[in-house]
Amino acid sequence: MLVFDRAAVRRNRDRAAPDWPNHDFLVAEAAERLLERLEEVRRSFPLALDLGCHGGTLAPRLLGQTGVERVVQCDLSPAMARQAATNGQPALAADEEFLPFAPESFDLAVSLLSLHWVNDLPGALLQLRRALKPDGLFLGVMLGGDSLHELRASLILAESELRGGAAPRVSAFAELRDLAGLLQRAGFAMPVADRESLAVTYADPIKLLRELRGMAAANALIERPRGGLRRDVLARTFEIYAERFGTSEGRLPVTFEFLWAVGWAPHAEQPKPLRPGSAAARLADALGSAEQGSGVPVVPPDKH
Amino acid sequence: MTDAARVDPKLLDILVCPLTKGPLEYDRERQELISRQAKLAYPVRDGIPIMLPEEARNLDE
Repeated sequence: MLVFDRAAVRRNRDRAAPDWPNHDFLVAEAAERLLERLEEVRRSFPLALDLGCHGGTLAPRLLGQTGVERVVQCDLSPAMARQAATNGQPALAADEEFLPFAPESFDLAVSLLSLHWVNDLPGALLQLRRALKPDGLFLGVMLGGDSLHELRASLILAESELRGGAAPRVSAFAELRDLAGLLQRAGFAMPVADRESLAVTYADPIKLLRELRGMAAANALIERPRGGLRRDVLARTFEIYAERFGTSEGRLPVTFEFLWAVGWAPHAEQPKPLRPGSAAARLADALGSAEQGSGVPVVPPDKH
Repeated sequence: MTDAARVDPKLLDILVCPLTKGPLEYDRERQELISRQAKLAYPVRDGIPIMLPEEARNLDE
């Protein structure tokens, strides 16, 4: 089933590209958090891939960190790739669902806030894993299902009040519980998924909408209704938003959920779990205590 | 052609056709990356390879 209209994702990004540096705060925030996570990995990654690079926010920050010498920047939108190339690192346009990279090309693959727009996430992860060298690292973050929950709730209430029904206006997002399993299915070793919540407040609704459009986060659902939001629905949405969620200073809080995915391309020297029962030492010896039975007799007791 | 408009050689080393994962030939004259297997020529614009099948030129035509 196709959920996202990839042509619409590309259009949103093409439109957002020229003014990208003014709207990259969320990607910049994700970039800072990614660098913190990378610092904990004591490894060198000469050749990195930034998948879904937007306007090139990450590459300059990544260079020099953990031995990164070159960042290949890749985005679905040719206009974003062009914007990204202005930072001096190589760029190309490609679809996350059809990656154009030879096997075992990269030491590191990162992805900031792009993979939640992909229809075939298992396929994209599989291709990513194949593009990594053995023992290469994938570290990605996408928006999770809690993102923009205030906006979604307000929209649904406003639409049901004024139109007698609600249409999906804000995209569906991945869930954390699916993610580690998907990484494993894609062949990643030591897969880990975790979530972070980010709270932002906006002065007014116009600023919020402009920001979502500016970061190319506008709706790209295939089933979205034709035409934009009705003016009265939009006005009512922000009345409800302010009533239900507004802060005492009159600002609008917005939640973004970051879903982090980490996995390694398999390599013979990586630690692996042993088979049960293959232990060469006794736990009791390691603890320096006497081993005690579980209380269940193995040999039936003598009956005298 | 300026240096800025050239495809990064390191990038050329690792690019394959997104549909077939087969090899690409770089036509410097036409600024295209050609996939013989897919019969597609992907454009290179200002040094940026556009590896999208919907943007590629069909070699049969």
